[in-house]
Amino acid sequence: MALSGVEIFKLLPKTNCKKCGHPTCLAFAMKLAQRQATLESCPDVSEEAKKILGEASAPPVRPITFGAGDKAVKMGEETVLFRHDKKFVNPCAFAVEIPDTLAEAEMASLSEQVVQSEIDRVGQKLRIDAIVLTNASGDAGKLEAAAKVVAAKATGVPVIINTTNAQAAEAAMKHVGDKRPILYGANASNVEAMAAVAKANKAILGIAANGLEELSTLTEKVKSLGVEDMVIDSGARKAKEIIENNTLIRRAAVKKNFKPLGYPIINFMQREDGLHEALVASTGVAKYASIVVLSSVEKWKNLALFTLRQNIYTDPQVPMQVEQKVYNIGDPKAGSPLFITTNFSLTYFIVSGEIENSKVASRLAVMDCEGLSVLTAWAAGKFTASKIAQFITESGIEKEIAEKELIIPGYVAILSGSIEDKLPGWKITVGPREANAIPAFLKTRG
Amino acid sequence: MAFTPTKETYSGKVYSVTIGTGDGAVTFGGENVLPFHSFEGAAPNKPVIAYEIQDVPPADWPENVQKPFAAVSGDPVTWAKHCQDELKATALALRLVGTHPDRENRSAEEAAKTVKDVLAAIKVPLIILGSNHPEKDSSVLVAASEAAKGGNCVIGKAQEANYKTIAAAAMANNHKLIAMSELDINLSKQLNILITQMGFEKERLITDPMCSALGYGLEYTYSVMERIRLAALTQNDATMQPPMLGDIGMYVWKVKETQAPEADLPHWGALEERGIAWEAMTATGLLVAGAELLIMRHPKAVAEVQKTIAELI
Repeated sequence: MALSGVEIFKLLPKTNCKKCGHPTCLAFAMKLAQRQATLESCPDVSEEAKKILGEASAPPVRPITFGAGDKAVKMGEETVLFRHDKKFVNPCAFAVEIPDTLAEAEMASLSEQVVQSEIDRVGQKLRIDAIVLTNASGDAGKLEAAAKVVAAKATGVPVIINTTNAQAAEAAMKHVGDKRPILYGANASNVEAMAAVAKANKAILGIAANGLEELSTLTEKVKSLGVEDMVIDSGARKAKEIIENNTLIRRAAVKKNFKPLGYPIINFMQREDGLHEALVASTGVAKYASIVVLSSVEKWKNLALFTLRQNIYTDPQVPMQVEQKVYNIGDPKAGSPLFITTNFSLTYFIVSGEIENSKVASRLAVMDCEGLSVLTAWAAGKFTASKIAQFITESGIEKEIAEKELIIPGYVAILSGSIEDKLPGWKITVGPREANAIPAFLKTRG
Repeated sequence: MAFTPTKETYSGKVYSVTIGTGDGAVTFGGENVLPFHSFEGAAPNKPVIAYEIQDVPPADWPENVQKPFAAVSGDPVTWAKHCQDELKATALALRLVGTHPDRENRSAEEAAKTVKDVLAAIKVPLIILGSNHPEKDSSVLVAASEAAKGGNCVIGKAQEANYKTIAAAAMANNHKLIAMSELDINLSKQLNILITQMGFEKERLITDPMCSALGYGLEYTYSVMERIRLAALTQNDATMQPPMLGDIGMYVWKVKETQAPEADLPHWGALEERGIAWEAMTATGLLVAGAELLIMRHPKAVAEVQKTIAELI
């Protein structure tokens, strides 16, 4: 359980020396409790206090970096059960399974699909993050050969080696062992040997348990064998059990600070029907999975899953923003209408979507208002006549259009006169208040 | 360290709401746990999906969702029967979009006749929706409520601007009522309170906190729904205990991802699958957040969501 500010205060030197940058030790303790400061700022804290506070302030779900280089995936660090309580921290990774029984060409083609899966959405780069290489053959040589193919064809993509055979794991590690892979498949009967392979290769160990009781016992055992970084699988495969076990794991970690389950969760969600697989995977994205294993990576499925993950992991306190610029919708000509709105991503999506629905090619000037919607930005003094005038002038858009006319959102009709004053030669037209009236508005303009 | 599961017991419970009559009636809500948490409480009813139909042909729907109904959507009665008999719909949602002044501007009387005709042709429950024009809806939904008297239908949507007339009509004709507010838990609570202060029973309400499509604000609807459900269960807040609606189809089938051809955006993949996935995933997301009643369009998306519900309960 996280310590309260007062509990932390009792462990501090209580000298109010201000060296940490806070006026008093109590103020510093409060910041520590809210995770807005770190203990390193205090030069005088005792070793004992460090130990207690270090353990208490460690996130309930252990932070682990999977893979190496620019495709490495951060996992864990979660502190809440519901995104509205604060936020979900590290977006869950999507991994596609490649069985070592596939022909080499098929392995290469799946690897290629993973490498090519990256999509840009609202300024974020989203992709299939990892490959699960499954020892379906049961043969160590086949797994090793497959690891070699994947390491060559999907360079830099983090790999999960899925086997219960420690010799096969050891063989596969020759090709992926230096990239901080996950070795998944440690169970009650092979845990010592698997932990030894993970330890020798600095790999993360994936625990394959049957139920939460066994899972807790296994993680404790692995820790005692000297492997600290783990991902955990409760054995749940059906959506109902996945939600149940993932919820109980996150609750144990967050509410009880129960360390044996304070690790990122891996869920195997392969289904024959690709859409059904995507829907089951979406329940894992919403409910606490850190790695979701899929059987295929069709583009339409990736796009839907990436978007859901982005939605769920958006910080509820920080509005999503789009880049400030003049966007073309359709193929605008010199005489096409020019709209302006703010850069709150939802505002942008809805306004651009309605303009698109109207089938009238247009320009949409999106102004940086720190991600606020039109009315909020106006109220906060970020969407004002002078700022709009400055943005329009600096955008240089007047060189591309025949008639200098700007359509402003109906909610800020009040600004039309003052924008006209500040943008000499421009005609300001008041558009609809709600975006859904844009198609009708454009229709009446003819 | 021995593991003891942390089970929650909640003080509150979602109202269970029954719509329709006779053999066709269905019940949703009634759970005293978070969505799909039957491991720690009771969730007696599974979510209900209603097929969306319209009083006018769906010329404004994208081609891929028009197609499955091409042979039947010219007439609301044929369309309704097709959904009930061929697609095995357990409920229908008739959207009177043709009454909107910017559309066909059909009269309240015409709308009432459509409602009567559809109701006479089906056994499953009917949700009757206006065109989301607050003024026009006031007259259209009053006439529709009267026309549907005895059908134990759902009337929607009552909003801040028009709830009085619509709630009064639903009450007089013994229907259930959808109360819609815009993505804010407090507005939602306030509207439910205003409606119940008129004497409308809270057990007959359905809350619509406003839907959003995947990628277009889904996270807002998701979190508002989670917060409403938590208020209902943990705080036993009676104003937050009606079941929730996700009006999925209307929001999903207008976003770019359900319409842009693969030729224009090759990295987005096949359009038909993408559109269906968009509707089905939006629906699944909102089910996990707490929706008990969904309104959807594409038969494949409905079937896939049903399959997922079966795996979740």
